Amino acid sequence: MATPKPRVKVPKSAKAGETVVIKTLISHQMESGQRKDKDGKVIPREIIHKFACEFNGKPVFSCDMEPAISANPYFEFNAKVNESGKFKFTWEDDNGSVYTDEAAIEVS
Amino acid sequence: MNINRRQLFLLSAGAALAGTGAIGVAPAYADAPAADKRIAEFAGGKAPATGKITLTAPEIAENGNTVPVAVKVDSAMEGDDMVESVMILAEGNPNPDVATFHFTAMSGAAEATTRMRLAKTQNVIAVARMADGSVYMDRKEVKVTIGGCGG
Repeated sequence: MATPKPRVKVPKSAKAGETVVIKTLISHQMESGQRKDKDGKVIPREIIHKFACEFNGKPVFSCDMEPAISANPYFEFNAKVNESGKFKFTWEDDNGSVYTDEAAIEVS
Repeated sequence: MNINRRQLFLLSAGAALAGTGAIGVAPAYADAPAADKRIAEFAGGKAPATGKITLTAPEIAENGNTVPVAVKVDSAMEGDDMVESVMILAEGNPNPDVATFHFTAMSGAAEATTRMRLAKTQNVIAVARMADGSVYMDRKEVKVTIGGCGG
């Protein structure tokens, strides 16, 4: 499988105290562990089980995922920004890999 | 023998049906009691009240592989009026758990959207646990045309 590619959408600027909408998407097949291959063997589960978003090191939003989350997991959530800074996004894979992405926001 | 496409389709569909009949129901689907147990664990013994939380999902989902689901909880997200976590459950999936969102004061608003898999027509449940320990629940039936568990 290709390396999962994260994509995030964060507004470039906001007013202090404003609540902004953040959208994230990562390419991942999210193998549920329910499917069988053509020999009837169960394909082992391999999903991203944890997503977290931090702003300047402080937690904003996180999610525990189960196999019932669709392939290429998508999230839309809010963040309240009081100062300029950087959002950091992390996705944790069952196989131990961690995928990260960052986005900066200018607050006036 | 001359088989056209339509007949071939009917034949294979028949074979597939016979196949499932022989094996019985292959995946053990979770049921309402399993989901109720998860709610009780999440709620810490409290009975969930209605209101405050809104679950948005399509009435009819054509493809069970990607069903958009959104939750929104009325909360100021400040001080005591804070949403800690929201759990989403699907009663009719092989495993009722879907996802658990965790919010903080930095979230600004207790709203989140994602996409989930649904195996069949079933109830989807969202349960919110507030910082003061109170629990709210919303439930919605989603009709699924094609199941999304690849079974």
